[in-house]
Amino acid sequence: MATNLGILGRKLGMTRVFTADGTVEAVTLVQAGPCPIVQIKNTDKDGYNALQLGFEEVPERAVTKPEKGHMAKAGKGFFRTLQEFRVDALDGYEVGQDLTVELFKAGEMVRVTGTSKGKGFQGVMKRFHFGGLRDTHGTEKVHRSPGSIGNRTQPGRVFKNKKLPGHMGDRRVTYKNVEIFEVIPEENVILVKGQVPGAKGGLVMIRKQD
Amino acid sequence: MSIIERIEREQMRLDMPAFNSGDTLKVHFRIIEGDKERIQIFQGVCIRQHRGTTNATFTVRKVSDGVGVERIFPLHSPFIEKVEIMTQGKVRRSRLYYLRDLKGKAARIKTKKDF
Repeated sequence: MATNLGILGRKLGMTRVFTADGTVEAVTLVQAGPCPIVQIKNTDKDGYNALQLGFEEVPERAVTKPEKGHMAKAGKGFFRTLQEFRVDALDGYEVGQDLTVELFKAGEMVRVTGTSKGKGFQGVMKRFHFGGLRDTHGTEKVHRSPGSIGNRTQPGRVFKNKKLPGHMGDRRVTYKNVEIFEVIPEENVILVKGQVPGAKGGLVMIRKQD
Repeated sequence: MSIIERIEREQMRLDMPAFNSGDTLKVHFRIIEGDKERIQIFQGVCIRQHRGTTNATFTVRKVSDGVGVERIFPLHSPFIEKVEIMTQGKVRRSRLYYLRDLKGKAARIKTKKDF
């Protein structure tokens, strides 16, 4: 299994920067980590190897009693978010160790996961890029409708997974092959090329990719 | 100051002269052809400034062999060697799109007296 190790962060926003060869690159800033290892799961006890990381320290009163007991074992404080990352080998990792943005280096390809912006209940033109119906030549009240959604008595039903209007956005989205532009360890900030799913301030997960 | 502002400020060039729409500019632009590098000079009237941080641009218009040529430069581009202000123009609007419809003597811009 490929290593899935990653780090959690918050999307700060986008800007554009000039690269070394003078061209312009759009980048997204992610404030990531440091994420301490709260628990190490191993094959003997848990059936798989994984690191559980904490992100964003919160006061003691913000966590429940069971959470408090769990996080106290690491002794690194209490965290808003806990996230497990599957790893191949556990060598060199210990509970309480901090994982920082230095996990990544510039030019590396990563996967970036976030929750996309919610768009509410949307029609098929926005949601699935349907073409819609004609604007003129007798078309009435159905300019943005999907058109036909099936056949006739045979099969007599609408097929499953038919693309229809419904809720759009606010779901987990992963971008693959995202290039890291720059890592700023002093600020715990990663600059990635292009966009990152979700709004500013949204929780973002950056993971290794083979 | 947020980190985004700071990164943008690092990118910005503070050596750019303050010019305005209507000014005649001489833009020294570095051009890389293969492994050779040379400087091309583009001289014309600034007809638009798009203000901003790293995304600021300005448009320079000149008439070359009777054909109007407009070029948009990123203000903070590292390829710009320097910008010279030849004359300061006296204009009453910030976007001089009306110059596109004029030619010859009509397309001239009055120079500021105290320049």
